Amino acid sequence: MSMGLLRLLRGNKATAPVARERLQILLAHERGMRGQPDLLGVLREEILAVVSKHVKLDPTKVIVRLDRGDEVSTLEVDIEVPNDLERKRVAVG
Amino acid sequence: MAKVLVVTSGKGGVGKTTTTAALGAALAQRGDKVVVVDFDVGLRNLDLVMGAERRVVFDLINVVQGVAKLPQALIRDKRLENLWLLPASQTRDKDALTEEGVGKVIDDLRTRFDWVICDSPAGIERGAAMAMRFADEAVIVTNPEVSSVRDSDRIIGMLDSKTVRAEKGERVEKHILITRYDPSRAARGEMLTIDDILEILATPLLGIIPESQDVLKASNVGTPVTLSNVDGAPARAYIDAARRLCGDTVKMQVPTERKGFMDRLLRRRAA
Repeated sequence: MSMGLLRLLRGNKATAPVARERLQILLAHERGMRGQPDLLGVLREEILAVVSKHVKLDPTKVIVRLDRGDEVSTLEVDIEVPNDLERKRVAVG
Repeated sequence: MAKVLVVTSGKGGVGKTTTTAALGAALAQRGDKVVVVDFDVGLRNLDLVMGAERRVVFDLINVVQGVAKLPQALIRDKRLENLWLLPASQTRDKDALTEEGVGKVIDDLRTRFDWVICDSPAGIERGAAMAMRFADEAVIVTNPEVSSVRDSDRIIGMLDSKTVRAEKGERVEKHILITRYDPSRAARGEMLTIDDILEILATPLLGIIPESQDVLKASNVGTPVTLSNVDGAPARAYIDAARRLCGDTVKMQVPTERKGFMDRLLRRRAA
């Protein structure tokens, strides 16, 4: 209590609780992953493999974003597919 | 019964070598026969911290490869007759450490000593894996800092899966040793507290070594900190930790520097 008051008066924020919380979230995730294949990594590889079967991928036009969260993680794969390429495929088919 | 103890951490620079030397000396002072083994092949430093750097003739790799016999490679401490050092090689690389060869050396050391203390290199590669491979117990050296705690957690995972004991379904007894702890910063909320670290790592505590100038002074002169300033805070903390390793019940506390009147006066002036 007195520590808290002191901190309030000084106006500086305790950073240790932030460290503690970040570690708890990170380690909960890392412990779950230990010894298992990286699911999101595998998904990313396979999605790109499937797409590249149909479209010639320009590696610089593929944007992969990963956000590992506490409850859910998101994998965002942003692939730019040129329109003329699609038309050509239809014409051939 | 000889015990093989690995001093490990994952992260570098947290105090593994300091701890190996300090615990080794503290256990030897109790009368146990102790060997400290440097597994940091290519970057050996335990010899330097122990003050034996000019007496290294043969090393662990020479013994593993059969070039030298174990008694030829062991260096006896000049201060404590129960304390010995098996240095690492400075020139070879860690691939020279074969599991079979290391296992034989450890078995041989078990017949000669009460404690075989293995100083692990940083990282999770071959050198670190070999240092922990045959361990019965582990001291995980952790700083109150996020990257050190994360790496300790990873190392705990390895101790539970990659050691001979783990593979046989047995347990490696693990202990956390917190080093460079500053109680006043922890009280101000600037540093993870002991309870934070223990809760996150879910592993029992062996000791708390306070941040202290004694540690650098001791390594400067090549003396384990438990011998260089026996009454200093880190020495007392390491001696308590060694007693706990032997099964003694010692009240857990953070030793503080004992300041004399002049020290206090000068400190106040300087501030």
